[in-house]
Amino acid sequence: VTAGATGGETALSGSLIILVSLLYVCLLFAVAYWADRRADKGRSVIASPTVYALSLAVYCTAWTYYGSVGRAAESGIGFLPTYLGPTIAVALWGSLLLKMVRISKSLRITSIADFIASRYGKSHLLGGLVTLIAIIGIVPYIALQLKAISSSFSILLRYPDIVMPRHAGNLPFWADNALYVALVLAAFTILFGTRHLDASERHEGMVAAIALESLVKLVAFTSVGLFVTFGLFSGFGDIFEQARQAGYVEPLLQPAVGGYSAWFSLCLLAGLAIILLPRQFQVAVVENSNERQLRRAIWLFPLYLLLTNIFVLPIALAGQLQFPNGGVDADTFVLTLPMARESQWLALLAYIGGISAATGMVIVETIALSTMTCNDLVMPALLRHWGHAPPGQDVSRVLLRIRRWAIVLILLLGYLYFRLAGEAYALVSIGLISFAAVAQFAPALIGGLYWRGGTRDGAVAGLAAGFTVWLYTLLLPSFADSGWLPMSFREEGLLGIDWLKPQALFGSTGMDPISHCLFWSLAANLGTFLAVSLLRAPNAAETAQATLFVDALKRDRPVGGGFWRGRAEVDELIALAGRFLGAARAREAFTKHANKLGMRSASELPADAYTVSFSETLLAGVIGSASARVMVSSVTKEEPMGLDEVMGILDEASQIRAYSHELEQKSQELQSATAELRAANERLLELDRMKDDFMSSVTHELRTPLSSIRAFAEILQDNPDLEQDERTRFIGIIVTETERLTRLVNQVLDLAKIESGAAEWQNVRLDLGELIRQSVDSTERLFRDKGARVSLHLPERPALLWSDKDRLTQVMLNLLSNAAKFVAEDTGTVDVELHKYPDGYLVQVSDNGSGIPADELPFIFEKFRQGSGGHEKPVGTGLGLPISRGIIEHLGGRIWAESTPGQGATFSFLLPESQ
Amino acid sequence: LVAAFLVGLLLFCSPVTALFDRPSYWKGIPLLYLYFFAAWAMFIALLAWILRGKGE
Repeated sequence: VTAGATGGETALSGSLIILVSLLYVCLLFAVAYWADRRADKGRSVIASPTVYALSLAVYCTAWTYYGSVGRAAESGIGFLPTYLGPTIAVALWGSLLLKMVRISKSLRITSIADFIASRYGKSHLLGGLVTLIAIIGIVPYIALQLKAISSSFSILLRYPDIVMPRHAGNLPFWADNALYVALVLAAFTILFGTRHLDASERHEGMVAAIALESLVKLVAFTSVGLFVTFGLFSGFGDIFEQARQAGYVEPLLQPAVGGYSAWFSLCLLAGLAIILLPRQFQVAVVENSNERQLRRAIWLFPLYLLLTNIFVLPIALAGQLQFPNGGVDADTFVLTLPMARESQWLALLAYIGGISAATGMVIVETIALSTMTCNDLVMPALLRHWGHAPPGQDVSRVLLRIRRWAIVLILLLGYLYFRLAGEAYALVSIGLISFAAVAQFAPALIGGLYWRGGTRDGAVAGLAAGFTVWLYTLLLPSFADSGWLPMSFREEGLLGIDWLKPQALFGSTGMDPISHCLFWSLAANLGTFLAVSLLRAPNAAETAQATLFVDALKRDRPVGGGFWRGRAEVDELIALAGRFLGAARAREAFTKHANKLGMRSASELPADAYTVSFSETLLAGVIGSASARVMVSSVTKEEPMGLDEVMGILDEASQIRAYSHELEQKSQELQSATAELRAANERLLELDRMKDDFMSSVTHELRTPLSSIRAFAEILQDNPDLEQDERTRFIGIIVTETERLTRLVNQVLDLAKIESGAAEWQNVRLDLGELIRQSVDSTERLFRDKGARVSLHLPERPALLWSDKDRLTQVMLNLLSNAAKFVAEDTGTVDVELHKYPDGYLVQVSDNGSGIPADELPFIFEKFRQGSGGHEKPVGTGLGLPISRGIIEHLGGRIWAESTPGQGATFSFLLPESQ
Repeated sequence: LVAAFLVGLLLFCSPVTALFDRPSYWKGIPLLYLYFFAAWAMFIALLAWILRGKGE
């Protein structure tokens, strides 16, 4: 079938095309080599977040490159969900992918199978199952890439004629270029991915090459898009206008071709695939060198997808306008449109873009799959074969050989699928079948990251159930389409049972096959996962791993080393690692580890849980976590830990957190206590100072009368013939001074008694008014001496009270003598008032003396303080007011002073009526 | 970012898309096609803006 223009002068010879293809591959290899060299020198190119984002675009395979146009021609806007899904899902990367990256870094996880196996207690069974699903699911996808390369090659070979390669299946296999493509790719992948065995299993060179490929395919596709849109037509509007007139547009612009359920399930599928596809896991998680790369990738990667998709619809429409009778497969429009216009270099560029899209995917995917195969399928078998003890030789070469064979095998499987079934399906359908297969990992993986309750049995059962449903509803029908199985299987159901129809399970019709499969398989998967997990509580290993995974983003999580107990020899561990890594590399790794812990050499390392966990992690990078666990336990004497102990360790960790929190609180309390103490100390010092002051004042007070007593006594002694009058007067003075001494000593004792609570109280019924009157009477002489006038203001009714009469009298006398001391000379007036309050009595003694300075007022009732009352030193002991306060407070009342300096002071006390 | 995720769901996977699902044209370009790419670009800008806010 030919279409388009004929008669071009030049033709692209097969050798030229092959030469260009090989040159391109060599260029890739050169870039990879360069990047590896740079990485060795410590100036990694792939540390750049842009390179990381570009390498993520390995998502866009030949399926995107050719298939999107095909799907757009068939179902219009329906090609978009495959790219909108990832765009939406990317928004969740901030937590989800970050968590996965951090876990994988700390546990050296190298594949998605390893990741899931590690989460559920490092289970071989689970890792093997995941690997198996991945291989079965991905092989058709690899076949698709082979198909894309080989058919684009065939088409380009016929340039400028446009001939569809229809019958590759009829060719003998040695004439089939797809086989050679597969072999070249295998060789290339081996060179890229398995040059040496690396403990971190990262491939810097490969990532750099992939990033370059992403650029190439974007440039190629955009070039074709620009050429078609602005070269063949005059802009977007023109294409749509012409296509509309030809009747192509209307049927294409309906997202609801299969209803919203199809739209939504495609979004979901693609959103899951973006991290669950083994190659996506490889570039996004394993090859990630810095968590900050995620930040740019989150918006750069969707932008890449957007740019890739802008020209899809225009190219599809232009292709349909160009080849109206449907003779040209829409999957090839990207290539055939430039060919039809005899733009050979553009056609070549388009072809190279297609190659880059396909090779990028194949390389990363097979590397990821070979790692999984080696670590999770072959290693467990080898371990069983060796009887859990590795042979003495260097195992690392065995491992490399296994991986290389795995790569070849996977590519040949892909080729086989391509030969047998590849012709029957359009590119897009094959891709979606793969997506649906890897979507089965979602419950176990995402559930395992956020739910502690998941168990190994649950994960295995869920995966198996989902996989079975996928097999039955999607893969087997596709075999039926290819003629491997009778069509009746698809049309009538297994054994003719109607409700077992693969694409209408239980009679559920109305969904397209993909949504139908996705719904039933995920429902079976999730349901079984939850149900089986809930049957049994997680065991010790599962609990330990669950904590590492679920709490990965918490800063102070417990390290993996905590969950191990037993005996180990460091030398044996190093020797073990040496067998897998090479002796020199193993020793280097251990020495580095020892240095980090502040030790000079590896031999100083203690053989503790931490070291054992380090060597296990080191091995996990090479042979997977489950196998690493088996290996390490072969040289160590591990004592199994029960669930209780693991829980104990976890509890301890949380207790330590609690303790440190408590400690913080305690230290805060301590600080405030210190502050209080300091304040108390200052107060004590102040009191001490006041006591000193008082002591000096008391000594002074004591000395004055003492010295006068002594002086007069000496006069009496020395002059026996003193006159009687004189003698009487002197003795009188001695008696007065002695009384004064006694009073002072009494007051000090009194105060001490009141303060210590040792004073005796004798409560009687008394009339407060009467008591005040008596007190005023007995102090009358004091006032008269000063020339002051005392006025009493007492209520007429008796103020009856149940209290200690002597003590109250003492208070009144104190206040009155105080007033007498400070009252103004000659013009002084003192007012004594008694007021009845609802629940007590208020007594006030006011004078019009000099008053109390404001700064002394708060301290007037303090012991050993004396109101200065102006300039001259006041007379008295300075104990009257403190004693009064002690008495009043003991009686349940309150005493205070108010004063306006210069206008006198008022002392008041309030006594409750009953106490 | 979780909010951005919800916005994305709303923009691309909901009856909102149906609003634009009608045969009208702007300079010959179908409305739905325009809508998807404009919304897509806006969504990416939103993500970039959120992440810039978090700082490096």
